[in-house]
This record gives sequence, structure tokens and C-alpha cells, in this order.
Amino acid sequence: MKTPVEKILEPGTHFMMGNEACALGAIVAGCRYFAFYPITPANEIAEHMSTLLPKVGGVYMQMEDEIASIASVIGSSWVGRKSMTATSGPGFSLMQENIGYAIMTETPCVIVDVQRCGPSTGTVSLPMQGDVYQARHGSHGEYETIALAPSSVKDTFLLTIEAFNLAEAYRTPVTVLSDALVGHLTESVEIPDPSTITIIERKRPKEPPEECRPFLSEDVAPMPIFGSGYRVHVTGSTHDERGFREVERPLFIDNVVRKICMKIQKHRNEIVKVETRYLEDADVALLAYGSVARSALYVVKRAREEGLKVGYARLITLWPFPDDAILDVARKVNKIMVLENNMGQIVNEVRRVVGCEAEVTFLPPRILGTIHEPSYTIKKLNEVYE
Amino acid sequence: MSEAYHHPLMKYVRKGALRQPHCSGCGNGIIAQCMLRAIDELGLDMGKVAFVSGIGCSSWIPSPFFNADMLHTTHGRPLAFATGVKLGNPELRVVVFTGDGDGAAIGGNHLIHASRRNIEILTVLVNNRIYGMTGGQVAPTTPHGMKTSTTPYGNLEHPFDLSKLVEAAGASYVARWTAFHVKQLVSSIKKGLLKEGFAFIEVETPCPVQYGRYTGVKDPVESLLMLKRLSVPVSKARSMSEEELEGRIVIGEFVDRDVVGLTKAYSRLLAEVGA
Repeated sequence: MKTPVEKILEPGTHFMMGNEACALGAIVAGCRYFAFYPITPANEIAEHMSTLLPKVGGVYMQMEDEIASIASVIGSSWVGRKSMTATSGPGFSLMQENIGYAIMTETPCVIVDVQRCGPSTGTVSLPMQGDVYQARHGSHGEYETIALAPSSVKDTFLLTIEAFNLAEAYRTPVTVLSDALVGHLTESVEIPDPSTITIIERKRPKEPPEECRPFLSEDVAPMPIFGSGYRVHVTGSTHDERGFREVERPLFIDNVVRKICMKIQKHRNEIVKVETRYLEDADVALLAYGSVARSALYVVKRAREEGLKVGYARLITLWPFPDDAILDVARKVNKIMVLENNMGQIVNEVRRVVGCEAEVTFLPPRILGTIHEPSYTIKKLNEVYE
Repeated sequence: MSEAYHHPLMKYVRKGALRQPHCSGCGNGIIAQCMLRAIDELGLDMGKVAFVSGIGCSSWIPSPFFNADMLHTTHGRPLAFATGVKLGNPELRVVVFTGDGDGAAIGGNHLIHASRRNIEILTVLVNNRIYGMTGGQVAPTTPHGMKTSTTPYGNLEHPFDLSKLVEAAGASYVARWTAFHVKQLVSSIKKGLLKEGFAFIEVETPCPVQYGRYTGVKDPVESLLMLKRLSVPVSKARSMSEEELEGRIVIGEFVDRDVVGLTKAYSRLLAEVGA
């Protein structure tokens, strides 16, 4: 007898779109609440979720705006559902206040931002990596957060599952930073047997309600679910370990900010992932993430055929920034060329981490909003290589 | 005299949450008690009621005072959060506390759409006609011409009739009372708690500190009695002209209908499509 999820997704080779892979990854991860407001280029995620979720007992809700979408996602997470929303830049901007609320209240949830060209309405169906800092610092106040960047359709499937696992493990919102290229890309993808995929569930309290401390542990406090007898008090105001509002004494404010930051910082090395290739003998490393990494890898292979000793590093985790892994890359090469489809965002993090260990240069595509043309990148690579 | 006196509703109050943030003369304490009385009279299990509130004085009625699951959310958004709570677990009774700023200004769109969806949530909108917590700024419910801290020359705009708005948007139950009309309010809350659709109760409440600063009625008792004097039952209001109703508060039940609520409709969908 097949489970509802097995009925939806057969393991094996599929030909599918990135946004569809995102929806399927979410279902496999256990997502059972999805709220959405229509926006290009994220719509296909909602179309698939609205079809699939009722088949597995899940809820699809189209809300009146993106503010309401993320709000209802957070509400649903507190009744125990793994919850997700998807959007693009303008909607991601609208969500920021409530993403801060999810961070403050330690609410697991997943936000998929299929990035398009901005600022403002911009161009709806061309890719740009303009939301990297928004994913890090978009909400007000001081906090740490997690963001992942898929480069392919299979990546989108796996990283959406990873996003849920990290959200559940660390009780925090996790952003999947896709873009119009990866989201609308259709390619063949090998879907693994769902039984081989690790799925993480949030820690629930075992202690009686009066002893429960459901907030503010660097090692992640247990999360009581509404209706389970814990009568938990959840607030976006500064609070103590029991969730009681405490907005006057600086010591409590200090405690909240430190704990929600340390919860991520302390576990940074368990969270971050970087893919590296061809670094053993490399003089120059191309560093990229998301859709740009596809073009970067192609260039690295071409350059190697031409005899250039070029390596490749792909950030899978953007936030928290993989400091140690990138410093390791810098120590292996003389120069790092950072490729991004923007005017330079993650390159600043690379420069911060690398210091004097390697020379860092930045290369946007010849025309922003398009892929890095390999011939153009190779020309620029040759200039750097000399 | 050795036996300590216990308020019969204390069992619904969260331990350690007795300190009240509301100003003296505020109607919020009355409304809190009306809610707890309604729950008590219905014999509901507070462990199966989830309260959701936004930002503003009214949001502190249940948070952290009521001993139940409590989501104290962002400004204007409690109905959007509550939508996820209710659809995520339809077994829970969901009650939203909001104010006129929270529910009608910044959160006005969510109020319209929650009403239209007819989702099984009871919303108590506490209307003090002003932004109390932030210092008496003009609200979308402030009477025309009134001076406030941000309308020093008088309010150019006209106030919302929130009950009419919610009725037009499709709610199943709509009523308006004042903090003076406690018996009617308890009875309305009981109906709203049991309603299988969107229930909306607007409560006009005295704010002697901020609203009273501008009306000159700063005395708590007098400001409560003023609400009584201004009130007109809906049955009587029907035969009154617009001029006669100017400045009056129409009280009573405006809507009480049975239409299938959203979570029930969704559960039917799940039964048809689902596993």
C-alpha cells in the first residue's frame, strides 16, 4: 500500500521545473500548510501545492497579501504543522516584519524567494541575486538567520527538504533563495526514494507545563504546540524563557538578542554547506552560488581544458556565511573571483573572511539579469589569471 | 476570615500575570471579564481555546492574562495569524482580540478578508476611537472634527462603521455593544464562541486618559455612562433619521446567519480529494 506521498512522487528520473521540485520537496519534507499570494516567478510552486496538499491532508491558503501569507504560516506552525510560503522580491519585502516575528518567537517555517530583477516591480521573469542581503538583514533589529541557494532543479528539491530540516532543528525561519532561472528551469532530475531521505522534526517538551521553558536556549528550546495543554504564551516583544513579556529591563533585552543569535552562531558549522571542486592545484577559484554557479562550473571545466588551473567553490548556504570553509578556499588559491548576478553582495562577505589570504575580484554578468556568458567570464578569468 | 476570597474566574487567569497594564477607567478589564464569564458559562476548556492578538491596548486583554495558548503577534495582523491557527487545527476555538487601529487601520484588509472567508474565528474589536497606547493620535474611528494629538485643527475624515463593513464582507455574526452593556456582551460572546463562521463583536470602550483628554470627559464613571447615553438599540435606530443618529452608537445584533465556514468547507474538500 502506497502512502499518499508515494502516490504523488515516484522515485526515479523525472523531467520537471525548479518550482515544481520545490513543491514536491516541501511535501516530502512534511509540509502540510502553504500560504501564498500570486507573484511571478513563484506561481508554479503555488499551483503544485494547491493540487498536492489536499491529497496528503494539507492546507493550501491563498491569502490577501504576502504579509498575511507569512503570518498564517507562523500561526499554523504553532499548531504543529510544517509550514511554508513562496514569493519573489516584492512579496519578500512585505514579509520582512513577520519574518522577524518568526525569528523572535523561534517559529520554524520556510520562505521560498524566487528572486527576480529589482528594485521595486523591476522585471518579473528575469533572474537576479538582489535579495541576498534582504534575506540576511531584511527585518529590523539584530538577529541571525539561515538562507540556502539552489543551483539546479534537483538542488531545489533537496534544499527545500534541507530548509525544513534546519527550520525544525533550530526553530527558526529558513529562506530558500531561488531565482527566476532556477525556478523556471526544466531539466531531468533523479528523485531519491523518500525512505532514504532524512526528515527532522522539532523537539517537543517532555516535562510538565509548569516546568517547561519553551524559549531562549542556545541549544534550541522544546516547542509546545497549541492545544497540547502547555498554554504557551508567544510574543514578538522581548520575553523571558517562559515567554512572558519583559520590555523594560535591558538585561532581558540583552538575553533575547544574544540567545536568538547564539542559537545559530553556535551551530554554524553544523548548518553551513559549501561544494568545492578542482581546488587541489588551483591558482584561481571561481566562487558562485545559485543559478550563477551553473555557468561558473562550466567555465571552470572549459578553462581546465585550456590548461588554466582554476578551482570552483559553490555556496549552498549563504547565511550564516560559511566563514571557515571560504577561508580554507582562500588558503588554497592566490585569487578568488566572485561571480554574482548583482552589483556585489556576497563578495563583501568573501572579502571580510578572506582578508589577505587571497586577492578577491568581483564579476557581475555583462548584462545584469542574464546569465554569465561563458566566453565573457573566460575573457575576464584570463585577465585575472595573468 | 481565614478563608481567602477567590474570584470565581481566577482559574482562567495565568499564574503570575495579574499585573494589569491598562489605565484606570479603561474598559479593557470589563471586556476581559465578559470573555471569561462567557467561557465559564459555556463550560469551555481553556486548553482548547487559542487567543490571538495584535498590537495596542486591546491586545493586552488576553496577553498574558488569560491562561490559554496565546499568540501575541505583530501590529494589524492577528487575523492573518489566526487564519493559520484555525486552518492548522480546526479543533481549537480561536479568538482574536484587536483594536480599532490594529483591526481597522493597519489590519483593515485582513478584517475584510477574514469576514469574506467566513472563517470560524471570533473577533472582539475593542473600539476606543483613538490610538491610546501611542499617545492619542487620530484613528479611523475618531469622530469627524475631533481634535487629537495629530489633528490639532480637528479631524477632516469621517469614521468607519466597522460593523457595517464586516457585515457587507460576509461575516456570519455581527454585533456591537459598549463596555457598559456587560450582560448583552457576555451573551454575544457566547454566541460568537459557538458560531461556525466568522463572528465579529465590536465593543465601544471608554478611554478616559487619551480620548477623554480631547472630549473633556476624563472621569472613568462619567466616560462609561457617556457610552450608555449615546447608545441606541438597533431596533430603535431603524426608525431614526441619519441626522438623529449622528454621534450615536447603534448597539445590538446586526447579523446572525448560518453559512458554512471556511474550515468546514476545507474539511469537506479534504474528504473528497484527500487520502
